[in-house]
Amino acid sequence: MKFAVLVFPGSNCDIDCYKAVESTIGQSVDYVWHTATDLSAYDAIIVPGGFSYGDYLRCGAIAQFANVMNEVKKAAEQGKYVLGICNGFQILTEAGLLPGALIRNNGLKFRCHSTNLEVVNAATPFTNQYAEGDIIDIPIAHGEGNYYCDDETLAELKANNQIVFRYACDTNPNGSVENIAGISNKAGNVVGMMPHPERAVNQLLGSEDGKGMFTSILNAWREQHGAAVNG
Amino acid sequence: MKATVYVTIKENVLDPQGTAVQGALHSMGFAEVNKVRIGKYLEVELDTNDRAEAEARLKVMCEKLLANTVVEDYRFELEG
Repeated sequence: MKFAVLVFPGSNCDIDCYKAVESTIGQSVDYVWHTATDLSAYDAIIVPGGFSYGDYLRCGAIAQFANVMNEVKKAAEQGKYVLGICNGFQILTEAGLLPGALIRNNGLKFRCHSTNLEVVNAATPFTNQYAEGDIIDIPIAHGEGNYYCDDETLAELKANNQIVFRYACDTNPNGSVENIAGISNKAGNVVGMMPHPERAVNQLLGSEDGKGMFTSILNAWREQHGAAVNG
Repeated sequence: MKATVYVTIKENVLDPQGTAVQGALHSMGFAEVNKVRIGKYLEVELDTNDRAEAEARLKVMCEKLLANTVVEDYRFELEG
């Protein structure tokens, strides 16, 4: 299985994502610069955290028009796995690949600490190694992670089981609607989340609860491509 | 031609910055302040004299980039 980790000017979680793929599932992974015009070689695309284009205007507003984003849209349509983490989530909402928007934390502070997440949907390609209702310890680090969508969109998210993670037990760090920490698109192959699973893959980092996301993706890919496929 | 674009947070979306500034104004003694909303002001210089075309193209700029219409409203004025 082949992973791409996108790199925009201002990305700063790209190396963590790359290392997390290597250390958790040992699959092939490449950094792909924002000018790339072909992602056809990859099965999964990670849009990492950071401050792409300095977060000028709005987080993710300028990154959505990078060349590589056309390819991300194509990959998403083809059913490939796309995971946006933190700034990556903001970019995916700006690009229209996920509904809603991420606005300023309601407390105005940059929140950087571990959080407990409830796995709301364990049937996605990103969460199949968890059980519904599992509480996992994954850190956050953001100033604009307050998920907002209108009531109509929220009803749709619920009806289609698109809420993937919630901040557990009402420990909402940023004011997100219904404690939402991560959502998927309708098809389930695109997920965006504010918490950083790539920073929770080793006990030395305080938690290894994020490993399950990477093993989930590999598991989903193997199921899709037949268990005999090596890689 | 010069355009002035105003981007504001939608009425039903919280503006924590505005709320904090309102709190500061209250603590300074400006008790009459009922609400503060913070938005963005952009000056855009356009190389065109065709007003209709400028309006049409500015609308696209706003919809696509300058505002995120999920959470923001926009309006613009044209001069010259």
